[in-house]
Amino acid sequence: MANDEVILLDFWPSMFGMRLRIALAEKEVKYEYKEEDLRNKSPLLLQMNPIHKKIPVLIHNGKPVCESNIAVEYIDEVWKDKAPLLPSDPYDRAQARFWADYIDKKLYDSARKIWGTKGEEQEAGKKDFIECLNVLEGELGDKPYFGGDNFGFVDIALIGFYSWFYAYETYGNLSTEAECPKFVAWAKRCMQRDSVAKSLPDQHKVLEFIKVLRKKYGVE
Amino acid sequence: MATGSVKLLGVWASPFVNRVEIALKMKSVEPEFILETTLNKSELLLKSNPVYKKIPVLLHDEKPICESLVILQYIDDSWPNGPSILPSDPYDRAIARFWASYIDEKWYPLVVEFMKAEGKEEKAAVLEKISEGNLLLEEAFIKINKGNSFFGGDRIGYLDIVLGSLLGWVKAIEMMDEMKILDETKMPSLAEWDKRFCSDNVVKDIIPQPEKLAEIHRKFHQMKKATSN
Repeated sequence: MANDEVILLDFWPSMFGMRLRIALAEKEVKYEYKEEDLRNKSPLLLQMNPIHKKIPVLIHNGKPVCESNIAVEYIDEVWKDKAPLLPSDPYDRAQARFWADYIDKKLYDSARKIWGTKGEEQEAGKKDFIECLNVLEGELGDKPYFGGDNFGFVDIALIGFYSWFYAYETYGNLSTEAECPKFVAWAKRCMQRDSVAKSLPDQHKVLEFIKVLRKKYGVE
Repeated sequence: MATGSVKLLGVWASPFVNRVEIALKMKSVEPEFILETTLNKSELLLKSNPVYKKIPVLLHDEKPICESLVILQYIDDSWPNGPSILPSDPYDRAIARFWASYIDEKWYPLVVEFMKAEGKEEKAAVLEKISEGNLLLEEAFIKINKGNSFFGGDRIGYLDIVLGSLLGWVKAIEMMDEMKILDETKMPSLAEWDKRFCSDNVVKDIIPQPEKLAEIHRKFHQMKKATSN
């Protein structure tokens, strides 16, 4: 694997990009990080992801892998000699895929309403968001990680959202520690991992970024 | 070889249920089919899929697995001795998963939007978007099949099941609206693939005929109208 060329097309606040950063760090894979300006997408990005034109894109020896959860599975399958990200038992793998998919289907849109809208729409977003986190807390139960004793696929799919929590709390006027204490405890546990701490941006930096976005979308 | 009871909660008209039926048949596994009626969800369904309350649900040794794409991969993992559903190469697997996601999240929702759209103009606008998607799928097929009959090679695989399962309903909608969604002139390779897929031994008794689906659709809407008045 020493001659592998690995490039990550990414955007620093993207919770989806964070998934790949964490996965590559867990596997100790050396890669080149390329920051994309989403208002001015590079020819490389448009060539590597012509269908969706989105980040993150993993480029492995010139071949693109798009869609973050798919790319994390790919990383797990290629660099299989260390830090397994998916469980080995078929039923546990199915549960991991189910919950990673749930996060994609439910969490992003409701979270977006918290910082990106006002009034009734924002309230609806807040309610859905807390509900989602509560469902996820139910799934986590008393386990240290969603993967059980081992940090894995679902933890990776979810933890990036934590870097946006200060923004959600500020603009949504909510306290996640009060509403979802288990979730916050789990997140802090994950943050103690090197791979996570190095992959997530500072929450204040994200807040500043959201402030600019809100002005741009006329929410302020 | 996995043992234990295998039950499938579903309805024969659901393309997502058909996917699971095809995958199990590929592995020579015969499930106990538990019929769900779409108007009143059973206790078993609500208990097995509390998050989405939807079919299909596969119950393997009474343990539920939900979401058709998750179920297909579970079947492949659990019965490794039968023919493979997903490709063996990690990159090919990533490509198969990518297109499955595209089909379920972008392409098929447009087909449903087309069905629900009212008036020729609205339908034509949605059809244009679907046609763009069709071209992408045609290109993807040519790239992925590497000269073989199916997405999966010389035998049906994951993507064949994911896309093929939807074709019954696509054709039923074409019948009901008297408009072509799958244009053979614009997607000739997929048109040929469609015929091969539908006549494949594993598939042919599972995907219902479009005429039957159109009839079900009519009946379902009549029932809905009657109960809402």
